[in-house]
Amino acid sequence: MSAANLPVLAWRQLRRDLKSGRLTVIGGAVLLAVAALSAVGFFVARVEQALARQGATLLAADRVIESPYPIADDHVVFATALGLRTARTVAFRSVVAHGERLELAEVKAVGAGYPLRGEVQTADRPYAPAMVSGGVPDPGTVWAEGRLLQALSIASADAITLGAQPLTVARVLAHEPDRGGEFFAIAPRLLMNLDDVPATGLLLPGSRATHRLLVAGDTASVEAFATGIAGRLGRHEKLLAAADARPELRVALERAGQYLGLAALTAVMLAGMAMVLAARQFAERHVDTAAILRCLGARQRLVAALFTIEMLMLGTVTSAIGCGAGYLAHMALIGLFAELPATTLPPPAIGTVLTAIGAGLIVLIGFATAPILALGRVPPLRVLRRDTGPRPPTVLAIGGLAIAAILVLAPWSSGDRRMTAYVLVCTFVTCLILAATATLVIRSLRSLRGAGGAAWRFGLAGLARRGKAGVAQITALGVALMVMLLAALTRTDLLTAWRASIPERAPNVFLINVAGGDTDRLRAFLRGRGAVAADLYPMVRGRLLAIAGRDLRPEDYADARARRLADREFNLSWAQDLQADNRIRAGRWWLAGASRPQFSVEAGIAGTLGMKLGDELRFRIGDATVAAPITSLREVDWSSFNANFFVLAVPGLLDEFQATWITSFHLPATGKPLLNELTREFPSVTVIDIEALMSHVRGVIDRVTAAVGRVFAFTLAASLLVIFAALQTTNDERRREAAMLKTLGAQRRTILAGMAVELVAAGLVSGLLAGAGAAATSWLLAGQIFRIAYHPNPWLWPVALAAGVVAMVIAGLAGLRGTVNTPPAIALRQTT
Amino acid sequence: MPERIERSTVTAENLGKTVASPEGPLTIIDDISFSIAAGEAVAIVGVSGSGKSTLLSLLAGLDLPSRGRVLLDGEDIGRHDEDGRARLRAAAVGFIFQNFQLLPGFTARENVMLPLELRGQGDAGAITDRVLARVGLRQRLRHYPNQLSGGEQQRVAIARAFAPSPRILFADEPTGNLDRHTGGLVADLLFDLRREAGTTLVLVTHDEILAGYCDRVLTLDNGRLRS
Repeated sequence: MSAANLPVLAWRQLRRDLKSGRLTVIGGAVLLAVAALSAVGFFVARVEQALARQGATLLAADRVIESPYPIADDHVVFATALGLRTARTVAFRSVVAHGERLELAEVKAVGAGYPLRGEVQTADRPYAPAMVSGGVPDPGTVWAEGRLLQALSIASADAITLGAQPLTVARVLAHEPDRGGEFFAIAPRLLMNLDDVPATGLLLPGSRATHRLLVAGDTASVEAFATGIAGRLGRHEKLLAAADARPELRVALERAGQYLGLAALTAVMLAGMAMVLAARQFAERHVDTAAILRCLGARQRLVAALFTIEMLMLGTVTSAIGCGAGYLAHMALIGLFAELPATTLPPPAIGTVLTAIGAGLIVLIGFATAPILALGRVPPLRVLRRDTGPRPPTVLAIGGLAIAAILVLAPWSSGDRRMTAYVLVCTFVTCLILAATATLVIRSLRSLRGAGGAAWRFGLAGLARRGKAGVAQITALGVALMVMLLAALTRTDLLTAWRASIPERAPNVFLINVAGGDTDRLRAFLRGRGAVAADLYPMVRGRLLAIAGRDLRPEDYADARARRLADREFNLSWAQDLQADNRIRAGRWWLAGASRPQFSVEAGIAGTLGMKLGDELRFRIGDATVAAPITSLREVDWSSFNANFFVLAVPGLLDEFQATWITSFHLPATGKPLLNELTREFPSVTVIDIEALMSHVRGVIDRVTAAVGRVFAFTLAASLLVIFAALQTTNDERRREAAMLKTLGAQRRTILAGMAVELVAAGLVSGLLAGAGAAATSWLLAGQIFRIAYHPNPWLWPVALAAGVVAMVIAGLAGLRGTVNTPPAIALRQTT
Repeated sequence: MPERIERSTVTAENLGKTVASPEGPLTIIDDISFSIAAGEAVAIVGVSGSGKSTLLSLLAGLDLPSRGRVLLDGEDIGRHDEDGRARLRAAAVGFIFQNFQLLPGFTARENVMLPLELRGQGDAGAITDRVLARVGLRQRLRHYPNQLSGGEQQRVAIARAFAPSPRILFADEPTGNLDRHTGGLVADLLFDLRREAGTTLVLVTHDEILAGYCDRVLTLDNGRLRS
């Protein structure tokens, strides 16, 4: 036997099979699957890049190098050589003076070009409507935040002094894109021109400051920069991407990736489902060919290789076509997507094309190999005895290969192995439950055969007659429906829940530095003006000295964020009850009346600073020292925008210290004058307006919601076609039966009625179990992946049942349409 | 010990085949021994259900006996695994079936070329064209099986069987699906080619006329050889 001839034989076989229509279903399924995959892939990749670019506006750049020391010119040269734009900033804390008044300010000096992404907004006076300001403050002028003006009792055009340099307040700073995320640690912002910094004399070698080099440009250059700069960064330099910008945005982008990944994953699962059925049919149709080849002396491996090569050839060709179709589909999708104009989207990467083709082949191999390889085991005796054939591949073999393929694709299709595992486990368990239930139902239907006429009997007998094939079909349809339900309903449920996690009336104004004696008056003030504030929380500032007896030194941390956290004062608070947006991840929340000193720490910061449950934290507050162990770690939902604290103390522990209070409330856009009134009434209270930030995060969520909606709509449509293709695989047998019945004198109506009984029964079983599977998966995804509350959708069950029946009946009867109108002799000849 | 074993190409020694049935073990072939000399044409005849096709499948290595052994060219085929038996078939054995067993997606020419290509034979095309011309199908090279009559399909099958020049040819009711006239023409062709190539022929048939073409007739009755 010669293996050299295999590709030639396989190619010939492929041409013949294509011509005879034997590969229409499987080829169509691969094409469709890859089209769906690549359309989702192209679209997701481009939407993700666009989202990252929007995220970049919160970083004011695509990438940022951050360092406590001035950033080397080499990095600027490297970025410029790649065609990237750059801008420098340096942030430091200093006291701003106006006459006798002094106020601590967060100074940010910005160089020409700032911001590279996003925009700075300024106003004429505090809380007045803001407008976009091009450029940076002119030398000798500054843009100051409203509350700095408020604290210094000055207005625009007044003079201030920063270090040795007199400066003029030119505008009121309303919004800057790259404002730090930790609002309550910062003093009011003062934006100045970088050229004025030397004259202030404030920045000397060793001064505490954060130097940043902002970099932006086209995607490829930015990626090249990110890759190339990695080896050039100094020990204190860190490269930041959009996701590092702030926790709220990081959460939004991570969830965006998860939702879009789920869309891609469902496409892969559906594609695989069609592959299994189509490959099974392909193998059945080629048993005789395999037997003849074996009879002519072809070895088992050769026969298996022949069909595998044919499949791979088919897979490559159809994947390439599917990729093209996917590209066109994604263009149509982008065209529909008004919020992301095509001009702002980066072009699709060639990598996506190759990945889509590779993914098509992996899906084909994973899902179709088992039945194809079984062809190698066809006994040559079959040429004499048609009752002999290969043992069909076991469920374990098919399932094992399929799971392996999905896991191989997981990083690309969903980007999240844990989510892939959940969907996979749920799908697999649903498969087993569906298969077991389908078997039971088919058996139990036998007893009902006598209850109706010929059509009823024929229909129910049809289910039983198909045996394992029937079980496989119900299982496949059930799983496909489950994935579709997940795509259609879960998407709505999960996205609605996500949007709801930032309610329309989420707090957008924070009031800090509220004196203990002012709390009741402030409550009454807000209530009297229709603003409902959240609770007032006490706040005591303390410096963390040691963790578990180990002195805290910023330089011990490699991570810039950890160094910042270690270097700053913490806002400590206390609470009897756990806030609704907090969840205990480890340890226990204290009971009412607990007197033992203890702290509860936010899990993220605990991880960053290396704190563990049981570690003793030692803080210096004023002149005193407070030490207590960590008894719980909390997860905080930062997207709630409520006031939250990294470190909470048990009530009583911090009583002896002077506390200020903090609260937050929602202020409608029309209510801004209230802030002026409030600052007049409570001059010591600092007002922080975070409306601009919230609009940004809402904008991201809105874009993601729209993107996911379209991606899932496409997946849904593709799924319908894949299901249709999958259902075609059993139509050979139905056609043969219909032709036989016609030969025996059955009328068209009887045949159709009989088929309908069988299809409806199978559809109902599939739909019922698909609904159960989708509900269970949604519940798991909501709780374990997206961490949002799951509310069962009342439409799930009716939709599941109806979809099962409709899909089965339409696809089944469509496949038979030609047969019932064709003379039986012709139909029999075509199907045997 | 069967006679002429040193010159025989097909030898059956105490061959038996038993299969499981709802009524218990069912013996299809019962202790059969014979040998067929090189170049000999032997017909295996018997009524339906006598075990003819089972015996053919055992002799050709398409199935394994429950007892006894089969020697092809002196080699015990039971000592080979599936692939080993496939190798033996590819090297020395050809088949002709009642239902032709042509690959429906392949043209007449491609069907005949197939066993040559599986052997990696370089001049497969030339041999194919010559053999197809010999069976009178020069004008049908590019026809698919469903475009050929039954007689023509069987002639393609005969061409496919003879193209690789097998030493042994197994034929299962080669004229069973053809009318008497066409069957006669096909039989003439088959035996002419066999004679020209000196091929050993093992023919299963219930057609006494066809059996008459052979050098020797073995009659099977209920799984046993009737002397």
